[in-house]
Amino acid sequence: MKVKDLSDSELLYGHKACPGCAAGTVARLILKVTGERTFLAYPASCLSTVTSIYPQMAFSVPSFTAPFPATGAVLSGMAAAVKAKKLQDVTVLGIAGDGGTADIGLQALSGVVERGDRIFYVCYDNEAYMNTGVQRSSLTPFGAATTTSPVAGSSAGKRGVKKNLFEILVAHRIPYCATASIAHTADFLNKVEKAKNTDGPSFIHVLAPCPTGWGFPSDQTMAVGRLAVETGLWFLAEYEQGRVKMNSVPRNFRPVEEYLGLQKRFRHLGPAERKLIEGQRDREWADMREKWGF
Amino acid sequence: MSNDTLTARRAFMSANDAVSYGVRLCRPEVIAAYPITPQTSVVEKLSEFIAGGEMDCQFINVESEHSAMAAVMGAAMMGCRTFTASSSQGLLYMCEMLHYVSGSRFPIVMMNANRTVAAPWNIFGDHRDSLAMRDAGWLQVYVENGQEALDAVIQAYKVAEDPAVRTPVMVCLDGFVLTHTYEVVSIPGQREVDAFLPPFVPGENVLDLANPRSLCISVAPEWQTEFRHQQQEAMAAARRAIAGADGDFAGVFGRRWGGMVEEYRCEDAEYVLMGLGSVMGTTRLVVDKLREEGLKVGLVKVRYFRPFPNEEIAALGRRVKGIGVIDRDVSFGNAGALYTEAKAALYSAGDASPHTVNFIAGLSGRDITKEHLETMYRKVIALTEGKAEREIQFAGLRWEEW
Repeated sequence: MKVKDLSDSELLYGHKACPGCAAGTVARLILKVTGERTFLAYPASCLSTVTSIYPQMAFSVPSFTAPFPATGAVLSGMAAAVKAKKLQDVTVLGIAGDGGTADIGLQALSGVVERGDRIFYVCYDNEAYMNTGVQRSSLTPFGAATTTSPVAGSSAGKRGVKKNLFEILVAHRIPYCATASIAHTADFLNKVEKAKNTDGPSFIHVLAPCPTGWGFPSDQTMAVGRLAVETGLWFLAEYEQGRVKMNSVPRNFRPVEEYLGLQKRFRHLGPAERKLIEGQRDREWADMREKWGF
Repeated sequence: MSNDTLTARRAFMSANDAVSYGVRLCRPEVIAAYPITPQTSVVEKLSEFIAGGEMDCQFINVESEHSAMAAVMGAAMMGCRTFTASSSQGLLYMCEMLHYVSGSRFPIVMMNANRTVAAPWNIFGDHRDSLAMRDAGWLQVYVENGQEALDAVIQAYKVAEDPAVRTPVMVCLDGFVLTHTYEVVSIPGQREVDAFLPPFVPGENVLDLANPRSLCISVAPEWQTEFRHQQQEAMAAARRAIAGADGDFAGVFGRRWGGMVEEYRCEDAEYVLMGLGSVMGTTRLVVDKLREEGLKVGLVKVRYFRPFPNEEIAALGRRVKGIGVIDRDVSFGNAGALYTEAKAALYSAGDASPHTVNFIAGLSGRDITKEHLETMYRKVIALTEGKAEREIQFAGLRWEEW
């Protein structure tokens, strides 16, 4: 996909997201690729609360708020309707947050992928339940402070690592899945186009930094997103035709401190815990190299 | 045999199969379902119809009941006629979705095979599952036999899709007693059903590329009351639509089920039993027997629990001396659900109110025998003659005289 081919028309107008919100940008960019012939579902999430409170509706494509656990299932129903009504050249799209995808929505996501329905599902990952007030999700990274993994007394942020959603989807042998970053826009848009054209289920897991929940200035969203990749704490990969391909392999990682230090959610971490995060990163990359051979 | 060649005939089948034929005749475009006993044979039969090319319909094998209702909602908002079926724990698992569907005004029809709810675990029938969904905003109809099950499915689409109603309908069948019991059922011809039930026209409540809108939306407090009021108005409209559908159906197919309620030998009755579903079949026999003895008894089959037949029951209350309400459920800490609502409806009769008593019976598949029912009539009669009776009693309880 070339930038000059990108549509000028906006299918998301006047939403009420926080300044610097990546979720709004993610939705806007996806719709520029999938276009007007898109049927959109989004569960309870930041995206639904900032776009769809009656009577103000921000999407200019047919859209609806899916039940929190059921985005995958409603997409299946819509895909069946596309067949029943013999509609051509349409995209059945779901955009859900990390909670709606990796926690409460995981069963329905697994179901729609296993059935092989022609749907396109995007998880914008801001690493917590943001619109209910920054509670931890299974995609919250190790060490991050949230309102349900607080820093107080014996608690020092989330324990346990971020669930590997990409590998969960790969384990389904889904026809196309990818990770992406809001800060690597061209890479993201190319992946959206591939996903749109996939004959079967497709999935993109896009890291969507959240100024409010993560605690960084609202003009730093792209910088934080870029640092996540450059420090090796986020990876850009694609799975298609049964193989995983890395899209970006930094020769040398930047110190994790550059990423962690920008965000209030990590400020309680001492040198030992920051070292621990660096060690986790190195092990993850060694595992990925071994598994996927890059 | 494709749908179009389906001509009217009679066949020996279970009520579950009767539901499947009813659904097939209504030509849904999308079915999503998850298996649960005793509903399973409905979705198996529909799968066979579709696999064999006898129905032109998309069938989605989902991974849970929650997803079943979510999937049919996804299809309904794209303008498709849809169907699903469930039972017991599955219906409870689906509960969240029932509210989504009714509040978003999608005319989905589902069948519920009535089965008790764990714990203790049990696969047999009572009404606790669907009655627990009383406030989910769905119409609920309870049927007495396989023929009524088939006919009620066809009528359900007619009512649900009425532009003044646009509210989902749950067709409730007693687990095993109906779902797995075989009887002779008349299957209507496809052409007659097509004339009675034309293709679904969803109106504005649909996702449309040419005219994008948002459905299933969030509504702030300053608007929510108006949306809820519209749902209540839809239920009022449903009362008219139910009567209309039953009348129209009788005109085409020659069978009439009574709309909201069916009264049997109530013209001059002084003592009546009231209930839901299959037990009313046995009760008819008991009414006939007691009538031969000269007792002025009758029965009232409550077909629709939502909307509730308040007017019909209030009118009955002004004519009779005593009413026994049979509940195959109990709302712990109060009474059976049907009794609670019937008693509220009877309140309007004031001093002329009949004596009432609630019989909790047939829980979790226990038989309700003719002897039980006869005892109930005699208790109602005794009550009207001044004998003390406990207002709420469990029929045939192991450690009490009955």
